[in-house]
Amino acid sequence: MLPYSRFKTIAILASVLIALLFALPNAAPPQMQAFLKNTLGAKSMPLGLDLQGGVNIVLELDRKDFKTNLLKQLTSDTRATLRDAKIAYKGITQSENGVSVRLSNAADAPTAKTELTKLLQPLNGGLLSTGVAVNLYEFSNQNELVNLNFSQSGFDTKVSTAITQSLRIVSNRLNGLGTTEPSIQQQGRDRIAIQFPGISSSKEILDILGKTAKLTFQLLCQEQPTGPNQTPPQGCEELPLKDKPDQKIWVQTSSRATVDGADLTDAQPSFDQNNRAVVSFKFNQKGSLRFGKLTAENVGKPFAIILDSIVVSYPNINEAILGGSGQISGNFTTEEANSLAVVLRSGALPAKLNIVEERTVGPSLGSDSIKAGFNAAIIGLILVMVFMVVAYGLFGLFADIALLFNLAMLIAVMSVVGFTLTLPGIAGIVLTMGMAVDSNVIIFERIREEWRNGRSAMASMETGFSSALATILDSNLTALIAAVVLFGVGSGPVRGFAITHAIGILTTMYTAFTVTRFIVTLWARWARPKEVPL
Amino acid sequence: MAFRPIRFIPDDTKIPFMLLSRFGFFVSGLLCLASLLLFIFVGLNVGVDFKGGSVITIRTEQVANLDQLRSKLDSLGLGAVELQEFGSPNDLLIRIGTQEGGDPAQTLAVEKIKSSLGPGIEYRSVDVVGPKVSGELAEQGIIAVVVAILGILVYVWFRFEWQFAIGAVISLLHDVLLTIGLFCLLRIEFNLQIIAAILTIVGYSLNDTVVVFDRIREYLRKYKSMPLADLIDFSLNSVLPRTILTSVTTMLALIALYAFGGEVLRGFTFTMIWGVIVGTYSSIFIASPVLILLGTNREDARQKAKVKPVRP
Repeated sequence: MLPYSRFKTIAILASVLIALLFALPNAAPPQMQAFLKNTLGAKSMPLGLDLQGGVNIVLELDRKDFKTNLLKQLTSDTRATLRDAKIAYKGITQSENGVSVRLSNAADAPTAKTELTKLLQPLNGGLLSTGVAVNLYEFSNQNELVNLNFSQSGFDTKVSTAITQSLRIVSNRLNGLGTTEPSIQQQGRDRIAIQFPGISSSKEILDILGKTAKLTFQLLCQEQPTGPNQTPPQGCEELPLKDKPDQKIWVQTSSRATVDGADLTDAQPSFDQNNRAVVSFKFNQKGSLRFGKLTAENVGKPFAIILDSIVVSYPNINEAILGGSGQISGNFTTEEANSLAVVLRSGALPAKLNIVEERTVGPSLGSDSIKAGFNAAIIGLILVMVFMVVAYGLFGLFADIALLFNLAMLIAVMSVVGFTLTLPGIAGIVLTMGMAVDSNVIIFERIREEWRNGRSAMASMETGFSSALATILDSNLTALIAAVVLFGVGSGPVRGFAITHAIGILTTMYTAFTVTRFIVTLWARWARPKEVPL
Repeated sequence: MAFRPIRFIPDDTKIPFMLLSRFGFFVSGLLCLASLLLFIFVGLNVGVDFKGGSVITIRTEQVANLDQLRSKLDSLGLGAVELQEFGSPNDLLIRIGTQEGGDPAQTLAVEKIKSSLGPGIEYRSVDVVGPKVSGELAEQGIIAVVVAILGILVYVWFRFEWQFAIGAVISLLHDVLLTIGLFCLLRIEFNLQIIAAILTIVGYSLNDTVVVFDRIREYLRKYKSMPLADLIDFSLNSVLPRTILTSVTTMLALIALYAFGGEVLRGFTFTMIWGVIVGTYSSIFIASPVLILLGTNREDARQKAKVKPVRP
């Protein structure tokens, strides 16, 4: 025990010093924090949303809605393909999983097949492909009946592309809000987790995320409903009007009568000549051409501006709009126009995103929690330290020094790695304090036993440390298993606890065998004790 | 030295644990049975984390009139609305169940409550857990506890012998069962935090058990002819000071957390305090006696000792 190599001494002292330095930013005044950050890159622990206040939202891609969108697309594509190939058909029906076409003439089936195969859209066939192309649809036919059905793997691939796309759009939209920086991450296959610090109400965010923002311009049908519950004619669909949801509008669905808002390049809130809030938009070249053509061919007729299946307004086309820019009016408030512009700029989501989990912590609760957690930690620390001195005297004091260092190290590791401190995390730290002294208790009791069994003071200490090693290793490793499982399976708050608890167990093992031992050795060398003061 | 440390556990304590454990087995068996019956017939007061729904905590400027507020909330048509004080008369907790109409209906219900309560209210926290997520969280929680116990079983088996692993796992199940029983009895909300607490209890209780087992293994090699019951008693008595002292320090930290850590953590800390008591008890009165029931293979232990000496 006595000979401590110079290297070991330096290593232990260095570890103590480094831990203290890197734990320091968490307690230092702002100026010093800046200094430490610049010189060492040492930061304080990032605080979780439960401590600083904020909104935590988990969104899930609405698979049903997504499928409906895909089916709609498929139906119109099928119709266009057959028309272009001049294949006559009796009808197209959408089923739950695809589209079936009843051809007029069964002899057209092979031609229809070759033409429609072009729609199969091999996915993942690009440069980064994993090798096997996945078809979104499966093709089958019986006589005059031709079916295009989703393949499971194709649909899954499509969902994962959609979620990546949504991720980008969501972050564009939220950054467009211009408040604090949110963290946006994919979670699982079809979810997006958003953490928004420093916001106490989620309403604003929900408003902006609740919209799919699918914008289309569609011509109105010749006929319009005269009363409720009427079936729209072939090639038309019924949509509600924004300001009067009871009033229905029939709009044409054919692609020739539609311009898609996906071709927008810009959207800004502005005011029209009557000083009403509107959204000005600009199309890209492709969109400009289509928009110009549609408006030129239909001067004098009304066309509907449709956002997420709701008719925002249906102005008359006064003249051909050839420049590719225009305005959307619809009795907006300034805020509405603003958020509409944001969502239009960021593009349409591939499908609706549903909120499956939302947790909001107000800023006052957050700061109360920090205060409470801090107080509990300090009081817990004092209680444990006093108790250790009462129970073990001088050795208890040694254990206390080791405990303080243990905490510094735990905080340093958290800060350096950048683990987020949460309220359950503080609980983990407090619990670590209680359990950390366990290793020292095991060692001290062992030393005492050896001493009572008649060994010399030095030998007792020597064997005490070495025989306690296996016990401490076993007992801490098993506790670590539980903590790791907690981290792996748990979510959010549970994870925060698991992290501090697990790191606490590791730092505890380290300090027990380096720091406590080192202090005891120094003391033994200096005091040359004839008996063990336990 | 200025003062002598205080010995909390006198030296040469000789408590006949194995004799007492017969009584302990009986009591534990009854309590486990009671917990199981409570769980089946009364059930847990499951929080929104696991059954879905919303919890809102608010702070009002004046002391709120609970009856008035309750009738206001009941008129919203959101099903059963629970309303209770949360820490102080100005702090209230509102809980509603999962609303019909899928995920979008849940956030809508919260908006309804907010607009009905009107201005002048501080929203301390809002938790909305959709029906799908809550199911997954419950599943994950159960998996977590099972995986942890299995992992521990394997570890103890590997480090000790199978009898020790069985003993450890039985005592862990005992702890988990009694904790669940207590939650059924007291109707405290069972949520994600409590799962975290239970896993920590598992870790703590095991920590205790392993320290005891470690000593038993050591004495098994040292005192080859001592009867097993005496040997276990001897081991338990020699580690008793450590068992008690560690429980006390952990308890001190937990009590500080319970008293000063705020309302949010109270459920967690309460569970942990219970767990430390049960865990300490079970490692003495459940885990070790199981070794006697199963009988350890001392020949095996000796051979293992030859092949893989743990003590230097």
